[in-house]
Amino acid sequence: MFSSGKNFFLKAALFSILMMVFVSPAAFAAKSIICASTTSTQNSGFFDYILPIFEKKTGIAVKVVAVGTGAAIEIGKRGDADVVLCHAKGLEMIALKEGFFVNRHDLMYNDFVIVGPAKDPAGVASSKTAVEAFRKISSARRTFISRGDRSGTNIKENAIWGMAELNPKGRPWYLESGQGMGKTLMAASEKGAYTLTDRSTYYNLKDRLGLKILFQGDKTLFNQYGVMAVNPAKHPNVKFSDAMAFVNWLISSEGQKFIAEYKDKHGNQLFFPDAD
Amino acid sequence: MAFRQAAMLVISPGRELLGIIGLSLLVSGTAVCLASALGVGFASVLALSRRFPLRGAIMNIMNTFMGLPPVVVGLALYLLLSNSGPLGFLQLLYTPKAMILAQFVIAFPIVTAISHSAIVSIDPSISSAAKTLGATAVQHTWTLIREARFGIFSGIMAALGRVMAEVGAILIVGGNIKGFTRVMTTAIALETSQGDFELAIALGIVLITISLAVNSALFMIQKKGRRGFFYKS
Repeated sequence: MFSSGKNFFLKAALFSILMMVFVSPAAFAAKSIICASTTSTQNSGFFDYILPIFEKKTGIAVKVVAVGTGAAIEIGKRGDADVVLCHAKGLEMIALKEGFFVNRHDLMYNDFVIVGPAKDPAGVASSKTAVEAFRKISSARRTFISRGDRSGTNIKENAIWGMAELNPKGRPWYLESGQGMGKTLMAASEKGAYTLTDRSTYYNLKDRLGLKILFQGDKTLFNQYGVMAVNPAKHPNVKFSDAMAFVNWLISSEGQKFIAEYKDKHGNQLFFPDAD
Repeated sequence: MAFRQAAMLVISPGRELLGIIGLSLLVSGTAVCLASALGVGFASVLALSRRFPLRGAIMNIMNTFMGLPPVVVGLALYLLLSNSGPLGFLQLLYTPKAMILAQFVIAFPIVTAISHSAIVSIDPSISSAAKTLGATAVQHTWTLIREARFGIFSGIMAALGRVMAEVGAILIVGGNIKGFTRVMTTAIALETSQGDFELAIALGIVLITISLAVNSALFMIQKKGRRGFFYKS
């Protein structure tokens, strides 16, 4: 093969062309849509559970691009996804009003929890509200790791700091990981720090973390997931009817039943269906 | 414990793992083949045509782009290939083709710059001998490329090593979609973020083994090259 330069390069060129042809069929094998979603739904194993059920029923493969909620909405706005499933209702409603999306539905909920080291040096566990818990972390100057990535969790966290009338950005005890929920939890575990997490990702990683749930149950910590289709009037390229098939199935009684049945390996229910 | 499970995965990889490894090889292999075909051609044109306009500037750019950060390539291609971008109509975003394109952009300057320096450093007497013996322009070029083939081959291998290890660009333009655009490096990043270290370690082992094999092959070929083994053919 290397004996003749000419042959080698001809072969290389031929090989590349063959490969390009070979790669192609995978791109449009059957029907498929792209769903921009969040790291929390991916890291919790939810998609690995629900998508095969949907694909088996409809023949539509759903390809998930998992990023933060802010990025997921942005990807949808640019028309690079067909459907968006995320958890920041405020941002979703704004993008909906701007006409980038249609048919938004509440899909399911769970809640955020405040986790930290079992010793709880800031005394978060005795708080009555999430706002109080954040105030305690701040006044004790205990390390808090923020996602810092405009994800749904990050947006919720900022809202709580706002309610507590605190601005922790730039403080030495306040770290922004810029990572997904899983990595942020692992970083918090390594540093013995506090963080705000969605319950599903925490449950999924619990065995590997030295973190305990220290505060939960405040209605401020409600975590609503929504689903919406990219507006075909803005982006004619999107696969609107397949996207709507996915949305409609998720909010149907059948889709909602499957969501309710999803349990993690410890038998915890991670998402509670509440489609309108 | 994690290591033992990882070793088991390496010994008997499941379909998912094999798919990930296969796609990695396919994407990086195709990108490097394309980059080789075009990069070597471009390098020889640059090296052999005396009056190529802006040769110095082009080589300067190529040398700079050898160190192009993959995330920047990813971002630029994302903006180009996005449905809201100028090339959105191609519908390439979040497909293996987009990943090949990204890795091609990373590999091309490496192959071009290293091939160029290999071709220009050939003994000039070979070039003049070929011309004296009446070689056409094409024959002359092939003669020089053949002479420089070990240097060129190093360039191709360097490019392959770089793109196989790259995660920033393919993550952005491929989207790391399970069973479709997930390759070894993006899978390692994801599995690590989910705390599934077994699969991450297994993929790490495979990735390093492939690099080792590629480098050993390169070393052997260069050794044989120095001995003049290939000159007989």
